[in-house]
Order: sequence, then C-alpha cells, then structure tokens
Amino acid sequence: MQSVTRINDFVVKFANVNGSGSASANSLFAKSILRMGVPVAARNIFPSNIQGLPTWYEVRVTEAGNLGRRGGVDLMVAMNPQTWDRDVAEIEPGGFLFYDSTKPLPATKFRSDITVVGVPLTAMCNDKYALPRERQLFKNIVYVGALAALLGMDIAVIEQLLAEQFASKPKLISANVEALEMGRAYAAENLTPLDLRVQRADKVGDRVYIEGNMAAALGAVYGGATVCAWYPITPSTSLAEAFTGFCEDYRTDPDGKARYAIVQAEDEIASIGVVVGAGWNGARAFTCTSGPGISLMNEFIGLSYFAEIPAVIFDVQRGGPSTGMPTRTQQSDITLAAYASHGDTKHPMLFPKDPGECFEFGALAFDLADRLQTTLFVMLDLDIGMNEWLCEPLAWDDSRVLDRGKVMTHEDLESGREFGRYLDVDGDGIPYRTYPGTHPDKGSYFTRGTSRNPYAKYSEVGSVYVDNMQRLLRKWDTMKTLMPSPIRRDASTSAAHGVIYFGSTTPAMDEALLVLEQQGVHLDALRLRAFPFSDEVMDFIAQHERVFVVEQNRDGQLRSLLINEGQIDPARLPAVLHYDGTPITARFIVDAISKLIDEAPHPMRQAAE
Amino acid sequence: MTYLLKPQLHHPQLAANSLGFTRRDYEGSVSTLCAGCGHDSVSAAIIQAVFELELPPHRIAKLSGIGCSSKTPDYFLGNSHGFNTVHGRMPSVLTGANLANKDLVYLGVSGDGDSASIGFGQFAHSIRRGVNMTYIVENNGVYGLTKGQFSATSDRGSKSKKGVVNHDEGIDLVSMALQLGATFVARSFSGDKAQLTPLIKAALQHKGAAFIDCISPCIQFNNHNGSTKSFDYVREHNEAVNTIDLMVERDPIHIDYEPGSTKTVTQHDGSVISLHKLAKHYDPSDRVAAMSFLQARRALGEIVTGLLFVDPAAEDLHASLGTVDTPLNELSGAQLTPGAAALNALNATLR
Repeated sequence: MQSVTRINDFVVKFANVNGSGSASANSLFAKSILRMGVPVAARNIFPSNIQGLPTWYEVRVTEAGNLGRRGGVDLMVAMNPQTWDRDVAEIEPGGFLFYDSTKPLPATKFRSDITVVGVPLTAMCNDKYALPRERQLFKNIVYVGALAALLGMDIAVIEQLLAEQFASKPKLISANVEALEMGRAYAAENLTPLDLRVQRADKVGDRVYIEGNMAAALGAVYGGATVCAWYPITPSTSLAEAFTGFCEDYRTDPDGKARYAIVQAEDEIASIGVVVGAGWNGARAFTCTSGPGISLMNEFIGLSYFAEIPAVIFDVQRGGPSTGMPTRTQQSDITLAAYASHGDTKHPMLFPKDPGECFEFGALAFDLADRLQTTLFVMLDLDIGMNEWLCEPLAWDDSRVLDRGKVMTHEDLESGREFGRYLDVDGDGIPYRTYPGTHPDKGSYFTRGTSRNPYAKYSEVGSVYVDNMQRLLRKWDTMKTLMPSPIRRDASTSAAHGVIYFGSTTPAMDEALLVLEQQGVHLDALRLRAFPFSDEVMDFIAQHERVFVVEQNRDGQLRSLLINEGQIDPARLPAVLHYDGTPITARFIVDAISKLIDEAPHPMRQAAE
Repeated sequence: MTYLLKPQLHHPQLAANSLGFTRRDYEGSVSTLCAGCGHDSVSAAIIQAVFELELPPHRIAKLSGIGCSSKTPDYFLGNSHGFNTVHGRMPSVLTGANLANKDLVYLGVSGDGDSASIGFGQFAHSIRRGVNMTYIVENNGVYGLTKGQFSATSDRGSKSKKGVVNHDEGIDLVSMALQLGATFVARSFSGDKAQLTPLIKAALQHKGAAFIDCISPCIQFNNHNGSTKSFDYVREHNEAVNTIDLMVERDPIHIDYEPGSTKTVTQHDGSVISLHKLAKHYDPSDRVAAMSFLQARRALGEIVTGLLFVDPAAEDLHASLGTVDTPLNELSGAQLTPGAAALNALNATLR
C-alpha cells in the first residue's frame, strides 16, 4: 500500500485494559515526543472502573501545535482483545495497526486498507520474565520500545525520562531500559519503519505539561486558600489531592505545623458548609466537585448569595445528567452553576481554557470571592482537569497582594466609621463586613439567610426586602467590570458572522478558525472567560448578523445564558453542540459551522438545534 | 416577628465581672419564642455561664441551624457574631468557622429536628472529628415552628397533641454522642438551671467536642399527657447522676450542693470540674460504663441527667490536623503564597 510519509502530524491511539499498568507507559511515550521538541495533545479516555474495563489513550503528535482532539486514528496500538473490532474499525484508511502477534488471528480480524504491524509481545515477555506481574507491566514498556523504532523516536530521550522517573529506585531504571531495548531491537530487526515519523523540532519552547486539576490546586495555594473541604468525586478528586500535596510542600512550618486545614467531609453538603463557615470567619476556603456535588450544594450556594459570604467552588464538569458519564467530559453544569439554588439567585463563573488559566483563575477566584462576597465557580471540565496539557509556564508576580475585599478592621470601627453589614456605602452594591471577634462592642452582627435590613436586623417588610434584592443586582453589575474580559480575535477580513466559545473548546476552536479561514469562511471569534457577561460580549453579538455559540452540552446552556441575560433574539445565536462525552474536535466545528453558514437563517430550526 | 429593642438602662448596682461586664452585656434581643418556652431558660443559662466564666462576648461565635432552638442565638450574646445557617447544617459551618480561627469559642445551638432528623449526619461527623465546640441540642421531641410534628427524638409510644401515637424508635443523642467519641457528654433539663449552668460552663472550657442534650419542653406542642418530653414527665423520670461545679483557676469557688462523695476532674485548660455524685457506682471517666448505665436506665424509663462522660485530656480537630498556632484567617499573603521562585522551580519539573 502506498502512503505519504507524515512527519510530526498524526494521531496514535492506545487501546488497553484498565489497571494493566499501561497508563505510565503511554504517558512516557507522549512525554518522549515532547522532549524531542514536538508538541503533543494527549487524552485519557477511561471507564468508571479500577480494573478490567477498556481504556484508551490518544496522542496527537502536532508540530503545528493544534492541541485540540483531532478525531480519527492513524496508528492504533490495539492491546485490548475486548475492543479489537471497534479499535480496528476506527483506523483511518491508509493507517496502521500495531498489535500483539503472539496469538495468530484470522484474516477477517484485519482490514485490507491498513498496514498491520505485529510484535509477539506476550511471547517475548513470557520468555524473559518469570513473575506474572512483571510480564504484564514490562509488556507496556516493550511496546514503547518497538514504537520508538517504528516511528523514529530518539531512544536516549526515553531512557533519560525513565532515569528521571525512577531516580529514587535505580534498580527499576535498568529493568525498564532493558525492556525498552527488547522492543526496540525486535522492531529494528524484524520490521520496517512506518510512514509516520517523529522528527526533532523546536516547537515546545518553555511550555509546561500539566493537568488542569493540579494547576487549579496550585492556583488555590497561590491565591491564599487555607481551608479546603471536599468529598471524592470523579473528575475532581485529583484537585483536592494535589492541593494536599502542594500544601505539604509549600505550607509546612519548620516545626511541622500546617498553615492550612483540609477536611475530607462526609458529603458535598458538609463540604460547602465548611467552606461557608470558614469564609464567614475570614479564611479563604474552597471545595472541588463535579455536577452531582453542585446539585447537593444548592441550598448553601443560595445562603452564600443572600448572606454574602465568599466561597470558591471548582466544578470539574463531567457528562450528566444524574450519574451520567462520570469519566467523560462535558460543559453541562453551566446553567446549574449560574442559577444554583431556589429564589432569585445568580453566581459568577470563570471559564479557564487550559491548565495555565486554571492556575491563573484558581488564584484570582479567591480575590474575586472576597471582593464580591459570594460563591464563585471555576468551571473546569474533565478534559482540562484530568489530562496533561501543554501550556505557557505558570507565572506569578511577587508584588501581587491578596485582595481581601471590603473588611472593616478594629481600627476602622474604633474611628467611628458607620458599620451596616448590608449597607451600600460606595454605590457598587458591595457592603463592608467584619470578621467575628474583631471588636468588643462594635461591628458584630447576626448572619442569616432570612430577609434583613442594611444593619442585618431581621425584616419581612416588602420594601426592605426589595431594596436588598436591588442592591444585589447592583453588585451583579459591578461584577461585570471585575471579571476577566473576553478575548476577541477578528477574521482577516470583515466578517458578518461571529462565533462565541469558552473553556476546553478553545484549542479545537483555534484550529477550526484556521481551517475555516482557509476555506474562505471568515468569522470573528470571542472567547468568553467569565459570567456575568461584560458589555463587550453584548456589543460583539450586536455587531454580527449571526453568532455561532459552540459548547459541549445538549441544550446550549451558555447560549441560553446569553439569550436570557442579554435579551438576544435566539435566531441570531445558532448553536453548535457536541456532547457525546469525547472532547470536541476542529473537524466537528468546521463541519457544523459550514452547514449552518450554507443554510438560510431559519429561526425555529436553529432555536431547536 | 418584630425586632424589639431592650431598654439600655439597668440597675446601677448590677454586679460586674472582672472584665467590667454585667450580666446584661451578655444578653441579646428580646426572645420571640412562646412565653414559658424551655429554650429561653437555656438562653438564660448560657448568658449566666458566659458571664460567670468572664469570657469577652465578642470572642464567642454562636451558630445555629433552623428551627425554634436555632432562633435563640439572637436572644443572647448580642456582641458576638452569630450565624443562623441552613437546616441541619450548623455543624459543618461551625467546623469551617473553627478551622478559620481556632482562638474563638464556638457555641452551636440546635434542636432535635435540626440535629437528629435532617442534620443527623452532620451532628455525627462534627463530633467524630472532635471539633472544639459546645454543641447544645434543645430537645423538645417536636417540630414547633411547623406546629407539632414528631421529631426523631420523640419516644416510641409517645402521643402528639393531636393524639397520634409515635410508632418510630426515638434517637437518643447522648448515646450517639458517646458512641461517636464526644469527649464531653452531658444531659440536662431546661427547668434545672442549677444543673445546666455549670454544665455549659464546663463544656465551654472543654477543649474538644462537648455535647449537651438539653431536654427543653415545648409548652405549645409537647407538654401534654402522653408526651415524654413534658415538664411533668421529665421531672418525674429524671435520674440525676451528679451535679457539678466548674472551678476556673482564677476564680475558685466551691459549693457543696449535696452530701455524698465528690470527684474532681481537671480539664486541659486547667479548669477543674467538681462532681457531686448522686448515683452510686457512676464514674464519668468511663465511656463504656456510661453507655451501659444510660441503656439500663432508659430501659427503666428514666432520663439520666448530669455529666455523663468527660475525657479531660481531649484533643481537637486542629490537633489532628497539626495546624499552626496562628489562626488561619490571620496568616499573611507572604505566609501563604510560595512566590515566583518556587513556581519557576516547579515549572522546570513539568517539561
């Protein structure tokens, strides 16, 4: 079969069995390519299971730096008999299949339009190793060695990574290097290199490779969070665990005492309760969870809104509704978070595009929550949270001071400044607060979720209630000026159409915009970074005939917020929706937008899409 | 409900404690509960206890859930910050507040609906974590604000005001607290201020999870014949194991209430609890014995009151977590933020 050699631009997918030790070998493969100066975008596609079910790892090798999921597979490393048929079917015509050829398979199990490469991995490992566990684990390293030879990867780079990984266990370095060499030698002697090549480049620069959950946790450390209460739930668990690790590293006094407190609570309700209590008492506090946790936290979120208590929630979104697809990605908690709890409530959200912004917003969230005295959501998703992404190095300005917002001190109270807990003295809707224990006879107040007057005294008088609700709306308007503004990217020529997107859709959208531009479709693009929407967002919509809203849920949740908050005609906001649980791709966006552009505007149909 | 102001004037000879505060300085707004409510007696006992302990009122944080009992923090300690949270969730909010500032005294006030029904889980988990707090349940066995439904502490076979007989087993919060590892467990009766006030004082001095189940009859909905939480029923079935007196080092007062043996217990902060034993063979330092004594007396239909268990060497959640001495809410940015150099070093490991 004739195929064109593709250098630094292809997709490798590993099909494995969960719990077989493949994850670290696959990650080693991806990192080796990064070390060769070639960007990769790698994604785990895993089941809600610890051992036995199918799991995949997809590596997009992309010198051009397209970090979104591409879709399609050029080289399938098929290590799982359970999923063999669908894995083989997924290979692009002209692509490659790598498999364990120990056990012969009938010709019907293959395809004629692909190149098949077999390595007798099981037989090689059974010969070499006596222990079943070793046979299992080293098989993964053997295939990495074989792939290195087939793709032209630098074996010294892989050896260096192994040396770093097992620096504290030198015996494991030599054992792994031996397995790697076994695979490399077999491929070099018995197989011909593939038409997919990894070639050294200089396209990674000083970028770092990090998971969003880890970056967000580090942001919380830098943002001064001292109290974390959480309940384990995929895909947010690793955020709390990373926070714990970073606190141990960075927040332990020489005598071993902790400058932080972490509680694994009995449920999500208690988690947010602890956060609200700590926030009330002047500590920076957060919880991390996913959709089901937000559902449970609703009552407390309403209390935080109405009693005006700072709280930060990292929502690492997964596929809903209900238990949904707990190990798949979606952006489907947008309306849940925006309007959480009963009564008239709304809450600010931040939408990080990658781990770099997870760090930035993870720290900023605490300044904003203190400033705004309310619950603030940082909306990650599984794709950003649980996958390592290549992003700009994390940065911190040492001159930055934590903004604790409007807090009256003992001196303020002593000087005779008037204190009313819910009194709007500055006209921005944000009142002053005091921490408990500040002053013997000034500044105390009773916090409650019931209606009260500006001096925190209980009141059911209608006008008093309405005044307070109106002040909360003034605070909402103030928020629009304090949240990170959207990032606009205009087409090369003036464009009648625009596109709005946010979060983990960003790399796929960036790539889609390039492709569309090449196809002569010009779109102005606006990446939203926060809710409430600033005036720039509404201006952008007003400037375009139609604005496509691209998001990863079924109901166009962000689109509905735009329609609702901006009183936008729904027909002007055609929806582009991807929600099968896999990360959105440029191919999908290009296809969907191309079809919508070709169609004449039809309000009813677009509204229903 | 209206907000009523109390007259600021008071008797010029009103006694002041060593901080210069009179008892009036520990009061709050006028209660809006029903006249004669047991809960108001508990509030009065709290005021008396804090006054006698000479605690600065602003260094106490008072938290509650939802219900009649949870309204009461508005009616005492007007110079303390208070937080009327959501139903059944006071314990988690108190836990968070406590983590933020270990230097304040935390008083949680709850009811039987709030702690034994909707908030049973949070009650349990705050106690097993050893949060340093005084947790008082004003237990009337009934939902007062919604007019007379049974709560989870209503005894099986007890009769509601409307004549309905409760067929569910009642939860005994004191037994639960003992099982969950509370390091100070007491039960009292809102009608017995002489017993209740020193118990609250001792609980406030205790460093750990101190739980007081205070039977507090609801005069509207649970004070009739057939109720097991009425004034008459409790008075007739009360079995007091001891009365206590708390002696704080700076102000040692010893009053012998009853003849009989006396046992003293020194708490973590140096305060001394003097126990006046009424029941034979009762030892409040033995958790297992306390549990079995409670069950035996319950089987006889008796309500045991007094200090049931205390571990004077208790440690709290902050000790478990190993937190610094400075309250977390007082740590500066420099103490919290690792800085650019540390971040650059970390970046280098991520390539």
